[in-house]
Amino acid sequence: MAFDFYLSTMWSVLKALPLTLEIWFFGIAFGLVIATGLTWLRASGSKLGEYFTRAYVFIFRGSPLLVQLYLIYFGLSQFDFVRHSPILWPILRDPMYCTIVAMALNTAAYESEIFRGALRAVPVGQIEAAKAFGMSAFTRFRLVTLPIALRLALPAYSTEIILMTKATALASVVTIMEMMGTAQKIQHDTFRPIEVLTCAGVIYLLLNLSIARLFAWVEYRLSPHLRPPPEQSQQIRPVPEVL
Amino acid sequence: MSANVAAAAKAAPSPDDKSAISVRDMRKCFGDHEVLKGISLEAHKGDVISILGSSGSGKSTMLRCINLLETPDSGEVRVDGELIRMKQGRDGRQMPADIRQVERIRANLAMVFQSFNLWSHMTVLENLVAAPTHVLKRPRAECLEQAEALLKRVGIWERRNYYPPHMSGGQQQRAAIARALAMNPKVMLFDEPTSALDPELVGEVLRVMRSLAEEGRTMLVVTHEMSFARDVSSKVMFLHKGEVDSVGEPKEMFARPPTPQFKQFIANFNK
Repeated sequence: MAFDFYLSTMWSVLKALPLTLEIWFFGIAFGLVIATGLTWLRASGSKLGEYFTRAYVFIFRGSPLLVQLYLIYFGLSQFDFVRHSPILWPILRDPMYCTIVAMALNTAAYESEIFRGALRAVPVGQIEAAKAFGMSAFTRFRLVTLPIALRLALPAYSTEIILMTKATALASVVTIMEMMGTAQKIQHDTFRPIEVLTCAGVIYLLLNLSIARLFAWVEYRLSPHLRPPPEQSQQIRPVPEVL
Repeated sequence: MSANVAAAAKAAPSPDDKSAISVRDMRKCFGDHEVLKGISLEAHKGDVISILGSSGSGKSTMLRCINLLETPDSGEVRVDGELIRMKQGRDGRQMPADIRQVERIRANLAMVFQSFNLWSHMTVLENLVAAPTHVLKRPRAECLEQAEALLKRVGIWERRNYYPPHMSGGQQQRAAIARALAMNPKVMLFDEPTSALDPELVGEVLRVMRSLAEEGRTMLVVTHEMSFARDVSSKVMFLHKGEVDSVGEPKEMFARPPTPQFKQFIANFNK
């Protein structure tokens, strides 16, 4: 009986996984675009760009994602011009779009800080070497700064992506029936919070486990220079321990 | 200003077709501290010039001003007779007028750094191929072939697929020299190439540099290696407190130090 209930709940919540993944994917994809823009603004050296990005990070990192989501979903529709705008209204009247916008804006603040730190951590000597060999600013960035910065950013970035996976659960408060929303509905219908929430929790855990493994694999592939040299690694650890 | 500076300035004639690098009256301040107080230097093709001086004398800064890793506050730099054009920046400081020209000239002035500065995310072979393919736009296959030959020459061909952090300092510096050679540079700039090495690794790097000198390459070498300066270089330049204290033939300079400062300097080394 209990086992059947676990199974059916698991199945119902799993059916909502695609929706969770959709929010997650578009949230981090748009977030990455905004974060790239913010990082560029911050690194461009313009005073105005720096003040803007600092204010942006202050606001979106400093306030809860839930508050941002409520403000976007319930708050913005209070303004007439939003309701009458042919571009804004189709986006902001839809809870799904609102969640994606809130997540993208929020994660962009964190990511831009991660990227800024990574760019600053690229060893100056390696950039100087690129200059000294006549590389243009663009070539320098593409061949040296970016590849090194990406590797430096990856661990913190993967943490942020995992945080975003968990943040998708907030979509349930604006009527979206993703995994958390579905779980809550079953809970209300059956009054069996332990079973239902355990099911949801386990799925989130497994999801984040796979994301963490994926990033560990990418990190492993991108950092051969940080591992022991070839002949040593063959003797000491024949199989990479990440997978 | 000592008499030697005037002599050095006189020894810098108008750029001719033999001139590889010509520096006139270069000055550079960091904040209130004047590091270079009007340096002039003339390097002909095939010259190997050792630049000596105690730390803080401005020798590294001078080298870095030649390929514009630092921007000199005033003065002229000519490479192969071509003047690096400068303009007045908005903040009143000098800056390169044409960054493309600077990049083109830098590609002819390969630099070897004290701390190697190999690109750590690329293998040795990739390090050698990166600039020739992306800056000089030469075909990749040709660059690879040349890179392997150069690695054989500096004796680390077996390490061609290693990443820099997996090699000893001496191997890294030899890789860095090979990376510089892969550009077929007109002049090679060495910024204290052996100062970051363990004593037992210095020899292997110096041997490579000696062989480069013997094949007639033009080299400017900032160094503390007195034996290299005396035995290998064709000219020695001694900087003291941001000025050219003395310039001359190595054997002559070491046998009869022309100034008390230089005498003092080599005396400290022989202790």
